[in-house]
Amino acid sequence: MWQEILGVGLMFALLLLFAIPLGKHIGQVLNFEKNWSDPFLGFIDRLFYRIAGIDEMQQVSWQNNLKAMLTINAGWFVLSMLVLSNMSWLPLNPDGIASMSPDLAFNTSVSFITNTNLQHYSGETGLSYLGQMTLMLWQFISAATGMAICAVVFQGMRERASEKLGNFYVFFVRSITRVLLPLSILAASIYVFQGVPMTFLGKALTENLQGDGIEISRGPVAAFVAIKQLGTNGGGFFGPNSAHPLENPTYLSNMVETISILLIPIAMLFAMGHVLKRRKLAWTFFGVMCLGFLLLLLPAIASELEGNPAIAAMGIQQNQGSMEGKEVRFGAAASAYWAINTTCTSNGSVNAMHDSMTPLTGMSAMLGMMTNCFFGGVGVGFLNFYVFVILAVFISGLMVGRTPEFLGKKIEAREMKIAMIIALLHPLLVMLGTGLATYLYAQNPDACAAWLSNPGSHGFSQMLYEFCSASANNGSGFEGLGDNTLFWNLSTGLIILTARYLPIIGPVAIAGLLAQKQYIPESAGTLRTDTATFGTMVFAVIFIIAALAFFPTLVLGPLTEYFMLY
Amino acid sequence: MKDLLTAVRLTLWCALLLSIVYPLLIWSIAQLSPGQGQGVQEMLGAKVHFTGVGQNFDPKTHFQSRPSAVNYNAAGAGGSNKGPSNPDYLIEVKNRIDTLLKQNPGLQTSGIPADLVTASGAGLDPHISVQAAKIQVRRVAMANQLQEEQVKKLVELQIERPFLGLFGPDRINVLKLNLALDQLRKK
Repeated sequence: MWQEILGVGLMFALLLLFAIPLGKHIGQVLNFEKNWSDPFLGFIDRLFYRIAGIDEMQQVSWQNNLKAMLTINAGWFVLSMLVLSNMSWLPLNPDGIASMSPDLAFNTSVSFITNTNLQHYSGETGLSYLGQMTLMLWQFISAATGMAICAVVFQGMRERASEKLGNFYVFFVRSITRVLLPLSILAASIYVFQGVPMTFLGKALTENLQGDGIEISRGPVAAFVAIKQLGTNGGGFFGPNSAHPLENPTYLSNMVETISILLIPIAMLFAMGHVLKRRKLAWTFFGVMCLGFLLLLLPAIASELEGNPAIAAMGIQQNQGSMEGKEVRFGAAASAYWAINTTCTSNGSVNAMHDSMTPLTGMSAMLGMMTNCFFGGVGVGFLNFYVFVILAVFISGLMVGRTPEFLGKKIEAREMKIAMIIALLHPLLVMLGTGLATYLYAQNPDACAAWLSNPGSHGFSQMLYEFCSASANNGSGFEGLGDNTLFWNLSTGLIILTARYLPIIGPVAIAGLLAQKQYIPESAGTLRTDTATFGTMVFAVIFIIAALAFFPTLVLGPLTEYFMLY
Repeated sequence: MKDLLTAVRLTLWCALLLSIVYPLLIWSIAQLSPGQGQGVQEMLGAKVHFTGVGQNFDPKTHFQSRPSAVNYNAAGAGGSNKGPSNPDYLIEVKNRIDTLLKQNPGLQTSGIPADLVTASGAGLDPHISVQAAKIQVRRVAMANQLQEEQVKKLVELQIERPFLGLFGPDRINVLKLNLALDQLRKK
């Protein structure tokens, strides 16, 4: 068992080792400083600008940056709908996959352009290779959207008064060429040597030892997995995601995939420290997020390693931990570690089935999505955290009786209104969805019988998890939920849309409004935001607003199951 | 309007770079890897075996894999998605224990490792734990008229150690073990 815990420790150590220098690199890229990659990647940027007609030097207002972001996202949605509803006759379809139904195509398109990757289909039976390659494109550019919009907010946090917050297109292109693509090529190269397939051939036909024929689905998996992990996308090539032995064949591939999840979200913090020249602030934010992450991680690992008490009662040893839905090559600890990584960020890939995990792990995973800012998604995780920082500054300001200021800018009623709406939107969407689904189920349990693969409180958790996942743009699931129905496709699709774009628009608006205000130099009376005291304050605000709002639902779901089982 | 035009052109160039150039680049790199990116294979005679993907084996003659929620269908993988407290699921586990006890002479319930009575995440787990192989040794040896010692040695040789000897669990690839068993039987 100690080897499993050591493996988790190694993954965390390597993560920090890579994330800090990567943060500096991203900071240089987003701040247009001289960077080692300029000589051999700069020409690709310029090619992009010339062909797309982007003026590299032009800076625009926050409103125009948002307009650019929303326009290009709308275009992706249309293109995605076209491909997914016509896959059957389009090329690259060796296994003869059918086109998607309109509601499933809507759900899948929305889910992938928003970086969510909730999947109501199973990859090997639901998508042609063209469909997979299209979704892979969204995986790149939805992550780049997050990074670019985060860069716009960094511009708004600077010590100056300005209307202009950089150029979304330029940040977008540079995020792809300098960060996402090089890292993906590196990771995918490791995966192909670990045995992840990368082929355009259809299913392999072979025989087992008894002489029965078997079919093995495969495809261009390695390229897909690399960006799926790095871009906090999480949508698997195969149905069971990275639990599938061809998507994640070895312990080493599992380490690389796990590290990839948190790599860019952590690096974005240090990138902020670099751009704003406030390294201590970056470390303070890192400390708060890390504390939240560890508080969710430790109970999850302990609970999975302890195993399932109901199976222990039958006399079976639990020294491997709880093994239902888990793979022998990873073990229980590495699976629990992945579960918390993937839910604290908005990744949503899995290397074990969350539905079969013990109640405390399920609860930690849900809490990760409920807070959604302990590192969070690529770019957007920082935006969520930014909203809580604004709230914390305001509340601290009231407590000491001073005008609240953040980085030299006064926070007033308008910013606070936006921050409060965004902070409360997430609990609202999750509760509305879960409430509606529970009502429908209770009204007509026979018609909805195919929804749930488990009875009682665990069944409730399956529905709650699905809406947490949709609203946090996460994409993992308690996959026993029979979710390819009109109700689930539409309800989660609409929630994904709302929960992606409003929490981007809100923080960008706040940053834009603050950027226009006069800069007030720091004095003895300024509330310092790079201290442990303020860090504690932010943590308290997150805990009270994000976590406690959800507490009643957790009581009905995982907590009830816990007390029944133990 | 200008935004729309930029968006269309930018998207087309992203599609070219990320959906065509990038996969082809990775595909080229994969040609250098073992299995040329088609899944790790092992040729034995005329037969191709995908050692990375788990499969079913006849429990009368071979070592068994873990239970699978999809009966080792590698064209439609999946887990059971049963919660830890689900009563139907717990009955299923109980039945698996009873079957194992019946099949393996001299086996005690306390000797059964958890992985042999639970289904894996993808239903295609190619591995079992070392303990799960050891408890099958007597049955397999008797069925193939081999010495128990011989089969035990075979199992020992097939143990895959943790990454760098330190990180992650010990395990055994069931297909490789059974292929080695077939070799031993032929001798």
